[in-house]
Amino acid sequence: MTDHSMNDHQLDERANRNRLMKRIALRLGLYTLLILFALYYLMPLFVMVVTSLKSLDEIRTGSLLSLPREIDFSSWGKAWSGACTGIQCNGLQPYFWNSVLLSIPAVAISTLLGAINGYVLAQWRFKGSNILFALMLFGCFIPFQVVLLPMAITLGALKIAGTIPGLMLVHIVYGIGFTTLFFRNFYVTIPQELVKAAKVDGAGFFRIFFSIFLPVSPPIIVVTVIWQFTQIWNDFLFGVSFSQAGTQPITVALNNIVNATTGVKEYNVDMAAAIIAALPTLLVYVVAGKYFIRGLTAGSVKG
Amino acid sequence: MSNAMKKEMATPQTAKNILAIENLDKSFGSVKILKDINVAIEPGDFLVLVGPSGCGKSTLLNCIAGLESSTNGDIRIGGRSMTGVSPKDRDIAMVFQSYALYPTMTVGKNITFGMKVRGVAEQEQQRKLDEVAKLLQIDHLLNRKPSQLSGGQRQRVAMGRALVRDPQLFLFDEPLSNLDAKLRVEMRTEIKRLHQTLGASIVYVTHDQIEAMTLATKIVVMKDGVIQQAGTPNEIYNQPANMFVADFMGSPSMNLIPASAEKQGDATKISITRPDMEDIVLDFDREIEGLKSGKKSVILGLRPENITDSTNQHITKGQIADCRVDVVEPAGSDTFVVTNLAGKQVTARLNADATIIAGETASFAFDLSKASVFEPETGARIA
Repeated sequence: MTDHSMNDHQLDERANRNRLMKRIALRLGLYTLLILFALYYLMPLFVMVVTSLKSLDEIRTGSLLSLPREIDFSSWGKAWSGACTGIQCNGLQPYFWNSVLLSIPAVAISTLLGAINGYVLAQWRFKGSNILFALMLFGCFIPFQVVLLPMAITLGALKIAGTIPGLMLVHIVYGIGFTTLFFRNFYVTIPQELVKAAKVDGAGFFRIFFSIFLPVSPPIIVVTVIWQFTQIWNDFLFGVSFSQAGTQPITVALNNIVNATTGVKEYNVDMAAAIIAALPTLLVYVVAGKYFIRGLTAGSVKG
Repeated sequence: MSNAMKKEMATPQTAKNILAIENLDKSFGSVKILKDINVAIEPGDFLVLVGPSGCGKSTLLNCIAGLESSTNGDIRIGGRSMTGVSPKDRDIAMVFQSYALYPTMTVGKNITFGMKVRGVAEQEQQRKLDEVAKLLQIDHLLNRKPSQLSGGQRQRVAMGRALVRDPQLFLFDEPLSNLDAKLRVEMRTEIKRLHQTLGASIVYVTHDQIEAMTLATKIVVMKDGVIQQAGTPNEIYNQPANMFVADFMGSPSMNLIPASAEKQGDATKISITRPDMEDIVLDFDREIEGLKSGKKSVILGLRPENITDSTNQHITKGQIADCRVDVVEPAGSDTFVVTNLAGKQVTARLNADATIIAGETASFAFDLSKASVFEPETGARIA
């Protein structure tokens, strides 16, 4: 009897140990795989940073992945203020400011409009408001290429073709669909009784928006700002289509720097320029990233 | 509550009715939500609109508040027609089911928001806030956000927001249904006490018939957008206008037993058939509408408390009959017994110490003096 139960006990222990080993092995495999993918994913960034810090000579002689023998920031300086885009050699600097001047108002305006639209579509339903919302959603899925020609004609008619405000308008119009979608879906989770209570209290449309709805919106504002900023900063097609020399955004300038070099291809300058162009969006993600995740899940978990 | 506030509330109205609803219809597209609603209450009345979900009671309340427009008919508050008057100008305050507290504002700001919007002087705001906070015992919570409050506290704040308005008419939209059972009973008493101390006129929506019975001075029972019956709690309970009201009000609900009524000379007899035992024949001492002579099938409505223990001392005119006991449910203060009459489950309410055993036969006393009789087809009350 005791023998028997001892045996059972030992068997149990062995089974337990087996299970534990199996779990550890699985975990190990999983982490190895994840680390490999992470390395694979980080590789391009690594190559860019390393290359931007090497001198041209070293790039020509060394391997792609090797660390720089001597850290050299001169290519960054050149990318910022000396690289040639066509005939001008002022670097990315003026175009960087073009992009800033374009993005910030465009993001702010499209976010505000989206907030008001979403507020109306979620809380002040009217006949046909659902159809309107569906149409705005449809607007999100229209490919950029489709709107190029009509947009060009519109900008021409408004006499803002080739200007930064013109490009701003394009981005605001194209962004409203997305920003409305974000805000509408956020505000739909807020009980309609809140509006009713405020109405009984005597508050009007804008009062309710500014005193009650906007103060609860930071999570969705962060999501929208990140989304819009990334879209507008990184946009190339609208930038190249609706700007002219002097008003081009940074993405177009980057393309010109990379393509317009005559003679020796300055890989280090190209890489530095590409990183400079990508930095603001990276920065936005780092600063607001955790709010981004929080905002995306805000609607699903009722607080 | 200050004397000034009390006086304002006690001011006699020019018209006798503080709220009068006349021939009100409301449709959403082709769907009729409310059909020909007529309701009137006097100052100090506590009107409860009760009915199952989807009966239109909340829509009616929203129409009174002006949050929804009516299709036809008129609503008058304090004698003034409310057609085209926006909610803020109706001199009402409303408490919502979800409390609808402004989430980013403190309790104090929540309560004073309405006054701020209307441009009441800061000092006056503070004075009224203090008054209401003291009345509701929420003065220690004024700097908290709604998310830091318990359900009962939120409920108080929502009431404070309404009280501070000091309106002619209070509207409550199922204010207790988000609270747990114990708190609900507490807050119910609290609301009743507030009503008594303030003498306020209140319209209160609920689907809970016990809330309706305990709070109301007047009940309106609704179903499918039609008023089934309007009356005092006593009228609604003891003389339900139809089988719906009879079934809806009261817990456990009224037993509705298929029976046949027969006129034998001057006397009226009601007999109930049973599958396995002989019929129960009971004397009925009132006239049944539409029964001049002969036989008529009816529905006999008997509250559980009118079927009792045959040994019950208080029953004087109970008529005794033997029934088989199917289920015994002791509830502490009473014992509920389920038996079978005319193929229907019938609940009787016995003394807590009644010695009765399931499966055996026991004798019950039927008291028909408070019974209702209904027409089987229409469900209307005929005696």
